[in-house]
Amino acid sequence: MRPFDYARASNEAAAVKSGAMAGTKFIAGGTNLVDLMKNEVEQPVHVVDINGLGMNRIERRIEGTGGGVRIGALVRMSDAAAHPEIAGNFPAIAQALLLSASPQLRNAASLGGNLMQRTRCPYFRELTWTPCNKREPGSGCSAKDGDNRMQAILGTSEACIATHPSDFAVALAALDGVLTIRGARGERQVAATDFHLLPGKTPHLEHDLKAGELITSIYIPDAPHARRSAYLKVRDRSSYEFALTSAAVGLDVSGGVIRSARVAMGGVGTKPWRSRDAESALAGKAASEATFRAAADAAMRDAKGQGHNDFKIELGKRTLVRALTDLAGGAA
Amino acid sequence: MTLPPCYVPLDDEDAPFEPTRRGFLIGSAVVTASAFVAPLLSEEVKPVRDANATKFALNVNGKTRELELDPRTTLLDALREHLDLTGAKKGCDQGACGACTVLVDGRRVNSCLTLAVMHSGKKIVTIEGLASNGALHPVQAAFVKHDGFQCGYCTPGQVCSAVALIREGHTKSDDEIREWMSGNICRCGAYVNIVEAVKEAARNATV
Repeated sequence: MRPFDYARASNEAAAVKSGAMAGTKFIAGGTNLVDLMKNEVEQPVHVVDINGLGMNRIERRIEGTGGGVRIGALVRMSDAAAHPEIAGNFPAIAQALLLSASPQLRNAASLGGNLMQRTRCPYFRELTWTPCNKREPGSGCSAKDGDNRMQAILGTSEACIATHPSDFAVALAALDGVLTIRGARGERQVAATDFHLLPGKTPHLEHDLKAGELITSIYIPDAPHARRSAYLKVRDRSSYEFALTSAAVGLDVSGGVIRSARVAMGGVGTKPWRSRDAESALAGKAASEATFRAAADAAMRDAKGQGHNDFKIELGKRTLVRALTDLAGGAA
Repeated sequence: MTLPPCYVPLDDEDAPFEPTRRGFLIGSAVVTASAFVAPLLSEEVKPVRDANATKFALNVNGKTRELELDPRTTLLDALREHLDLTGAKKGCDQGACGACTVLVDGRRVNSCLTLAVMHSGKKIVTIEGLASNGALHPVQAAFVKHDGFQCGYCTPGQVCSAVALIREGHTKSDDEIREWMSGNICRCGAYVNIVEAVKEAARNATV
């Protein structure tokens, strides 16, 4: 680990100010940052501890045209998952959190940090290996011709095929989450679906935070498809593992007809993969196996296998069909 | 019969000294090294205090311990290398095995993935702090009774994790225990007995 200065921020304004210094990283749980600092993928010069900032409440709020829940960015994954407000009104969020990592990691990791976690691509995480455009722009991508079983099939580019690792971010994208971001000039709101960036030619740019900016809270609006939502995760072992494929789904069904649907997929995209094509294939249709299959085909229409991960295309479809079938209330 | 010092039984309180494995290893290392390095240390190479060291205190197992450490020091390294609490183990050092699990303010965390300096003012409990008045913690006793280990390397982490798990109440079925203990890997595969140990300790905790 490279040497750094450590400081505790006592208020948001001070955090944002110190965060704007070159080479600064905020630390909350540290579960991802400390790991990456050890292998020197991350080399911050200043580390600012934001755990003293509060930002740890879960509150029911009326915002805009309806209600929702506002969750402080420092709320720990375990606390968010166990909160009755989230487990009751946004089950896909609670399930995504509980299917992530381990109890120990969930106790430490914050929700803001979860959104900021970096890819598990082995070529990114290992300095002594070969080039990585995300770690060192312009150096090349080792994953494309390397072991790419865990890599993405959607949103990839010539420069990068790394999968976004978060489960929570997938559920948040599905349920129209909105992030509140604080910077030197005040607060702004960003839709969760706009927060993470496609790699394109600049895979080192992963999100919409400017220097010094801090995610302070996350808002999730109430909706019938949020209250009836679920997260299904398929992986190599039944627990404590990243997704091969996953699906966050929400359905509002009335009289057997889908009034509104939400679909986002994990393990397959270079960012949390909201599929509006799948949602269009579901809306207004009967909640049937044929409809769910059509939605799965739509979700994977643009998928491109890299060789070792070609199986993710079919597995992704089946994951989505099963998630929708279970949510709709049994075998379709 | 007089035994050589290294054969003094570990449970003999009247033993002249405690020949712990680590104490022995440290002692050996110092003796070995000093024969070669001592002249250098005294004249040319002086231990330099880390320029970036920071002073803070940790409350570990009920005692306040003053430290002066480089902020890079993880909680696990602070415990093992600076406080001589070597119960928490460094397995993977990247949050994938759970051998380093300790309790921070009653919550189980991976001590390898957090910086020690972030924990001043918090109450840290390690495996060394679970027994009280010479009696094993009920979870420790249950692990012994059910043979919940083979090599023992992951056991301190398993036990700390199980203590928290029982408090969290995730012990309603074998499957639930397995899921909520999944952050602790046992490469010997003692899982069946670990589940039995956790079940018994949980049962007794609620009686």
